[in-house]
Amino acid sequence: MSATQFKSPVVRWIDHRLPVFSMLHHTAHDYPTPKNLNYMWNFGSLAGLSLAIMIVTGIVLAMSYTAHVDYAFDSVERIMRDVNHGWMIRYIHMNTASFFFIVVYLHMFRGLYYGSYKAPRELLWMLGVVIFLLMMATAFMGYVLPWGQMSFWGATVITNLFSAIPYVGESIVTLLWGGFSVDNATLNRFFSLHYLMPFIIAGVVVLHIVALHRFGSNNPIGIDTKGPQDTISFHPYYTIKDVFGIAVFLLLLAMAVFFFPNAMGHPDNYIPADALQTPAHIVPEWYFLPFYAILRAVPDKLGGVLLMFGAIAVLFVLPWLDRSPVRSARFRPLFRIFFWLFFVNAIALGYLGGKPAEGIYVILSRVATAWYFLHFLAILPLLSMFETTKPLPKSISEPVLGSSGRTA
Amino acid sequence: MLKRLFIALFAVTLAGPAMAAGGDVELQKRDWSFSGPFGTFDKAAMQRGFQAYREVCAGCHGMKLIAFRNFADLGYNNDEIKAIAAEYEVQDGPNDDGEMFMRPGIAADRIPSPYANDNAARASNNGALPPDLSLIAKARGNGPDYLFSLLAGYKDAPEGMTVPDGMYYNAAYPGHLIAMPQPLYGEDVTYSGDADDSIEGISSDLVQFLMWAAEPKMEVRKRIGVAAVFFLGIFVVVSYMAKRRVWADVH
Repeated sequence: MSATQFKSPVVRWIDHRLPVFSMLHHTAHDYPTPKNLNYMWNFGSLAGLSLAIMIVTGIVLAMSYTAHVDYAFDSVERIMRDVNHGWMIRYIHMNTASFFFIVVYLHMFRGLYYGSYKAPRELLWMLGVVIFLLMMATAFMGYVLPWGQMSFWGATVITNLFSAIPYVGESIVTLLWGGFSVDNATLNRFFSLHYLMPFIIAGVVVLHIVALHRFGSNNPIGIDTKGPQDTISFHPYYTIKDVFGIAVFLLLLAMAVFFFPNAMGHPDNYIPADALQTPAHIVPEWYFLPFYAILRAVPDKLGGVLLMFGAIAVLFVLPWLDRSPVRSARFRPLFRIFFWLFFVNAIALGYLGGKPAEGIYVILSRVATAWYFLHFLAILPLLSMFETTKPLPKSISEPVLGSSGRTA
Repeated sequence: MLKRLFIALFAVTLAGPAMAAGGDVELQKRDWSFSGPFGTFDKAAMQRGFQAYREVCAGCHGMKLIAFRNFADLGYNNDEIKAIAAEYEVQDGPNDDGEMFMRPGIAADRIPSPYANDNAARASNNGALPPDLSLIAKARGNGPDYLFSLLAGYKDAPEGMTVPDGMYYNAAYPGHLIAMPQPLYGEDVTYSGDADDSIEGISSDLVQFLMWAAEPKMEVRKRIGVAAVFFLGIFVVVSYMAKRRVWADVH
């Protein structure tokens, strides 16, 4: 791409010296993309939009928020009551956090279904897992900031997990707290880190996109693009498709923000934090519930913590657990069944994480936890050895041409 | 110490819901004027609710997040708000002599709380802390229905259940034993006009007032929401049509 292709002389002048326009043109305009992507490929751009909304609303909220145990709760209420449209900014921030996780979970399930983690996209996948981990840390610390009852007790339970680490555990917890209990120092460092981490996420997102553009998007058939007949330019085809996705996303988000702003939160967080009064039922935000269920499924504390982090760590090595050369579940009949079992199991874990850890729920949590790990550590490696896959099409455009050839 | 705390927390997560689930809590579902995407507050009911709060609840429960100026939402004009505020004594200071002093309230003041601090509140209430009511309608699950059911939920304890001294049986309260004595018996407040002053009537007015206090921007929120959903609905249709047109030459 040479600078002369731009119409505006100013753009040409700048681009000749600083080729940002060429770079943008290359990545978002004529970047060749498989022509057969379905709507499951919309969630990447939606995740990016969510991050942008979170950063913009978050910066505005920080202008009126006070990170101090005596003022945090009331400063949030001041935003809700006295800051012009503060209620809207805060509700957008709160609900986009949930939508961000919905979008990212769908993005990840899409990757799992279509084998997007397989060679040569292993690093792309692993960077995605890094983003997911950073998101979880950021969301957790953000939930602490309003300093309500769930903020305080959630922070207490989760930071205490680190005390399970042998020898250094207690020191790590003291370091996280900045003292000997969850207190003002904890709130201050969480605010500082909550403000920092979205920008680290943005940095990893850039790497994620660089890795994506190295080989281009995977596609529903899961075979490599063979030439220009298999691809279309990103603009206008996928820009307009992403705009449509964004419109639907914003419509759903607006419904939540304006009509059910607290549906995904917990009423207890409208009670100011009280270190002397434990809530009847400490639950994390809904998007942590599957991992919370895994944590509680194990009777041993260290074991529970290890399994919970293991549930995410296993995603890092997924490209080497599933060795099947066929990417897409469309051509893997057995894998497809097990994918849906895994999906239902993940939803079940989320349900169980929100239930009290007693009676049948404990047993079901253990079964579901076992299935989660079995899927990655046993089923996927075995499937890649023994599964008979369906024949793959020769190219992306072939099935289309082939079928039209038959009907003609 | 940390380990013990952790175990205690787990024990609480185990026992808590069992307690909450222990005994079926009776929730009366009601149609509130503020429910639904077009819901609005009932100004007359909110004014009555404020009167009931002031005459029945305010002896023990504060509403420290609410300022008198906020009462414009209830339909009071500036003079009425100033008059209401002036009926309260508010601590101000220090003055030039370094002394705190009391003065009549002004519109910018927040409603003074009945107790100087939580310890004073507990000392006057057998060790129980009457919660601040500013956010109570959002701080309980199904807030409005729960508050209504709680206020109207005082009954005789079922056979075989012993109610300790200083506790009361309430059908809607989790665990059924509440430290708050029955606040409403009907005709507790003298309303001007012929508004319903039964337990249900006053409870309903209080819920209107408390829901407004917890979510004072609800009406404007829903108004903007209707416009936003309308606009975005059109955006969805237009962007879909544009997408179809752009993609017409692929395949």
